[in-house]
Amino acid sequence: MSNVVINIDGKEIITEEGTFVLNAARANDIYIPAICYLTRCSPTLACRICLVEADGKQVYACNAKAKDGMNITTTTETIEKERRAIMEVYDVNHPLQCGVCDQSGECELQNYTLEIGVDSQSYTVQDVDRASHDWGHLHYDPGLCIVCERCVTACKDMIGDNSLKTIARGGDPLNAEYKESMPKDAYAMWNKLNKSVIGLTNGTDVLDCTSCGECAAVCPVGALVNTQFMYKSNSWELKSIPATCGHCSAGCQISYDVKHTSVHNPDEKIYRVMNEWNYVSLCGAGRYGFDYENRDVTKDETAFANAVAAFKKADTIKFTSTITNEEAFILQTLKNKFGYKLVNEEARSFQTFLSDYSAVSGTSIYGSDLKTAMNSNFIISIGTAIKTDNPNARYALNNSLTTNKGAALYFHPVVDPIIAGLSKNIVCINHKPLQEEIALYLVLDLFGDKSKLPTDIVDYLASFHSKEMVTVTETIKEKVIEIVKEMKVNEETGEEEEIEVEKSKMVPKKVSKEVEVDVNRLISMLGMAENFMETFEKLMKKKDTFSMIVGPDLYNHPNSKNLARLVALVEKYSAFELIMIPTLTNTLGVAMINELSDTAGSYAVGYNTDADFVLSGLGEGDLDMPAINQQEGTLTSINKYVNPTNAALPYGGYALNDIANALGLDAKNTIDYTVELGSIDGFKAQTFDSLPDHYTNSGEEVRGYRLENLSTSVASDESVNKIDETLGLEGEIIYLANPVRQFTDFTKNTTNLDEKSGVYMSSEALEASELNAGDSVSVKTENGELTAAIVSDNKIAGNITVLPTFDSKLNSGALVNGYRFATASIQKV
Amino acid sequence: MEQFNNRNVADNGYFMVDIEDYPTDGMGKFKRIIKRTFRLELFVGLWVVMREMIKFDIHTISYPAEKMPIGPRYRAVHEMKRLWESDAERCIGCGLCEKICISDCIRMDTKIDEDSRKEVSEYTINLGRCIFCGYCAEVCPELAITHGGEYEQASEQREHFVDYEYMLTPIDTMKANAQKEFEGFGSITPHEDERVKKTPLAY
Repeated sequence: MSNVVINIDGKEIITEEGTFVLNAARANDIYIPAICYLTRCSPTLACRICLVEADGKQVYACNAKAKDGMNITTTTETIEKERRAIMEVYDVNHPLQCGVCDQSGECELQNYTLEIGVDSQSYTVQDVDRASHDWGHLHYDPGLCIVCERCVTACKDMIGDNSLKTIARGGDPLNAEYKESMPKDAYAMWNKLNKSVIGLTNGTDVLDCTSCGECAAVCPVGALVNTQFMYKSNSWELKSIPATCGHCSAGCQISYDVKHTSVHNPDEKIYRVMNEWNYVSLCGAGRYGFDYENRDVTKDETAFANAVAAFKKADTIKFTSTITNEEAFILQTLKNKFGYKLVNEEARSFQTFLSDYSAVSGTSIYGSDLKTAMNSNFIISIGTAIKTDNPNARYALNNSLTTNKGAALYFHPVVDPIIAGLSKNIVCINHKPLQEEIALYLVLDLFGDKSKLPTDIVDYLASFHSKEMVTVTETIKEKVIEIVKEMKVNEETGEEEEIEVEKSKMVPKKVSKEVEVDVNRLISMLGMAENFMETFEKLMKKKDTFSMIVGPDLYNHPNSKNLARLVALVEKYSAFELIMIPTLTNTLGVAMINELSDTAGSYAVGYNTDADFVLSGLGEGDLDMPAINQQEGTLTSINKYVNPTNAALPYGGYALNDIANALGLDAKNTIDYTVELGSIDGFKAQTFDSLPDHYTNSGEEVRGYRLENLSTSVASDESVNKIDETLGLEGEIIYLANPVRQFTDFTKNTTNLDEKSGVYMSSEALEASELNAGDSVSVKTENGELTAAIVSDNKIAGNITVLPTFDSKLNSGALVNGYRFATASIQKV
Repeated sequence: MEQFNNRNVADNGYFMVDIEDYPTDGMGKFKRIIKRTFRLELFVGLWVVMREMIKFDIHTISYPAEKMPIGPRYRAVHEMKRLWESDAERCIGCGLCEKICISDCIRMDTKIDEDSRKEVSEYTINLGRCIFCGYCAEVCPELAITHGGEYEQASEQREHFVDYEYMLTPIDTMKANAQKEFEGFGSITPHEDERVKKTPLAY
């Protein structure tokens, strides 16, 4: 795309060709009113208020694309009249309940009504019964709804649940004389508005979606409200604490809105989580899982003394990756000083994977981020249950599919109806577990630049191809002439007589042909449809930007080293940009900061994990620690950004920094270590307080800083192991993944996320078996056994049983040997 | 009221009081002390009291046995009004009084009630902080919170809370049609109807 110069209200603007005028204007601080448009989504054209004049013609700024030399006027007299009429229409029958509305002044209807100066009403239509609906975690009040369809657009273009749609409103049509008397666009907009309200696509009155709440966040009025927040507080009372979500590796920008708990209790409490919904979309865990703080902690001096003693005694520190970079740095400093072994299995496997990858790619970390993926138009996902491992990666996938007319291949053994439902241009390949190598070889085969790839790999890939003669039945249309007898009235005699008429007709005819086709054995090895290549060719039409997302299944794979090298080869020798999903919140940060060991020693201190002495932000350990929403610090995201997060709630106890100080380190606050992160490769020496945290009007994310992707020494050896064709789990299989909205024990501790712990089976698998939801079953693998109740989950399909990892009490990790899949026997008890 | 609005000093019998200049030098100050000490001015004042006592024409009232009538716009302890039509509470819990309060003495909790309506679950005013400025009554869109005439709020502590129940018009008063509308800050100004532009209605 080339840059063009357009002129808005006399101001010369340089923008990319094809950018929407509205976005170009916003990026240059020129104001054009707009209600229904959502940045990153396709234009809805519901509100029509963004009307501007481009080269003398009225266009909508949200869908007019910038062309070189375009001349745009944002207001003219006619446009003013249209806008005034549009706002009057929005105010028709809008209840005067602003006093109790949960939008409490953060209302775009109020803002634009005042801005455009609507002080009288000229239009009227009889209202219909618009009683409110309780949709579960959301509350919809059609009375307040202005049908801008932003919720529908967000759900379709960002989230991909397609749970909302417009449905018929019923009631009177508009008075016919308005068609003449009203401004044209205002009438057209009203005519559509008057016929619709928002409804659910599943036909019921209860939402069955991935419960992200993004529709309520984008609602410009108080029509869609989170049920948990309803009538709890006015927005102006809430203090917004900018933060980074601590649940997964996406590192979403959020703000915790806090206020005193009640009249009687002055302690701060988080009431809701808000986000910059134009630029970032949250998942249900980020949106609703905010009250995971470690409550009512005071400084327990004995426990602290015990902790210091435990540190002196210990030779190992075990921890999880739900910690900040600063804490990881403290642990590393302690290791350097006292020689602790740092044990974190999940970060260790990611670290190993990264270093194996670097050996071939020559870069320290993967090269791309989710924003690039969102803007690409062909995405491949391998080795991740993308919906639950990193919801933002799924949003990027969906956004690419819907707004870029993209296509995608999703390689994963677990059948996922949500992912399959994103678009008709996504092909889900449910291969057997352990076949991820084949998938990567297939990607190399389909997309790799054969002229540059090492010759032995090219030869190896060629060995899977064979020519075969196949009989193809084609349907061709053939012209057939038929003689039909018809009864016709003889005009002369007036009698009816039989005559013969010749009629020609096109008749489909099946013809068999012998054709030589190329057969790719990789495709059949993965169990894909025979006509995959045809589908693939269709998918590949007009695709020019490619992204590949790989995930945790690969890091723990028995052949992870080979997979890492294959992934690096794909990035190096194809057009694919690469993103890896770090397993937990700060796995990437930990993998970069800490030198991790494989095995623990004799006495271990655990941080948020089981050990001989446990420090816990969950409030269950020997010494309390603050949870992420009570801490200042930085978190490293999947986008390779070091994002700052602030303490939303006070914490009265000891933090890791206090222990470190007691052990001889010296820092007043944990964030004193932010600047010292600069000593780690890739990080910058920036103080915590100097880290920016905002988005610009052009949507550019200015939060913290980006990790530098350093070049590493490349071994000339690019060899990869061949496929072990015997690999592939069969039979009854379990998979370690969380249900939607759950990640760790922290999300489990929240009140609004009510997903149960248990053995997750798809509803179709349950129907086929003798088991029922709620039955207690024992799951047994060669590594261990657990007993839990069955939870029926319609967000997965197929026969693989999913065991969540968010509940450490379930201890599902003990059932597998690193790799997230295992064969198991499931018996009712 | 007229006499107070007339600012023309010359017509109202105003006159300048002849006050001699304050002494500036030491001698002058000494003379003033001597004069004030021996002229027994105190008894001039006491005589006025004595004279009025004897006349039995007393203008003060014997508080607390007697009380002055309070003007309808007087701003004393707040009241919460009920609707005339239904006796229901007027307060909708919008929180504007809490927001506008400049001494930050109002605090309220709201929740969703069984009928899916916003309900005020707790409401307190800390009279120890309240400066009775009347903003809360003025901002109230429902004429729910108003000031009342109850000014006797002496308390042993600085913090002195009144709650919703205390301020709410008792239901018996409502039944007796005895709720008084507040005429001060926030009340509807005369001729309000004439100033409103009517919205067309389809029915």
